[in-house]
Amino acid sequence: MRYSPSRRGVLAGAIALIATPALATQDPAVTAAIRAVIGDASAEEGGITLRLPAIAENGGQVPLTVLVDSPQTAERHVTAIHVFATRNPTPGVADFRLTPFMARAEVQTRIRLAEEQRVIVLARFSDGTLRQATADVRVTTGGCLT
Amino acid sequence: MTTLTAPRVRIPRQVRAGEAFEIRTLMEHPMETGLRQDAGRTVPRDILTRLLVRVNGDVALDAALHNGTAANPFHVFWLRIERSSDVEFTWFDEAGRQARHSARVTTA
Repeated sequence: MRYSPSRRGVLAGAIALIATPALATQDPAVTAAIRAVIGDASAEEGGITLRLPAIAENGGQVPLTVLVDSPQTAERHVTAIHVFATRNPTPGVADFRLTPFMARAEVQTRIRLAEEQRVIVLARFSDGTLRQATADVRVTTGGCLT
Repeated sequence: MTTLTAPRVRIPRQVRAGEAFEIRTLMEHPMETGLRQDAGRTVPRDILTRLLVRVNGDVALDAALHNGTAANPFHVFWLRIERSSDVEFTWFDEAGRQARHSARVTTA
């Protein structure tokens, strides 16, 4: 029996899925930045409210709110929130280390976005599990090179 | 290199023990990425790399700031304390300089 190319493609795709848990990006630089933070772990969707404007007039000052569903007790709390901008010259935006002193796993800040792109947020819980959320932002005036 | 100015911090003086309260911080700083051109020359990189918030000396929030953090870093977050506490904020730049702000928060 002979494998058809399409079937081989499907198999390769299935193996790739098993080998590397899905990230919300294909970009090698962004993937490397995320892997540097979370290693080979995989992140589940959901449990994060990510607020970003759909259209940012000024890419130099884009308001960002990350709110993770978490009781913030000593037993279960968010230990880190990581923010990545997939099409900035350097993808890392900020890494927040949290403790149970944080009543909510919530951080608001303002970020730079160079152009229209996807923002990826990862949250790590005290038990080591990861959550992720993404948002696509259109940028009228880029915020990195101006 | 930018002179570090006094941070602006909004924090309540009195809170209820165990209840969430909001803190807003703003630090004036250009956060130069080192990528920007001005009159044909690259403006040197100059960024705040860290905001550390401590409650009675214990770390509450430790933020590593990179290129993608906007100029004049602005952060809002929620703390919870069980007893009257000293909350200390420290910003660090790449030259090793620091800007500090301290606040006493009493519990009712």
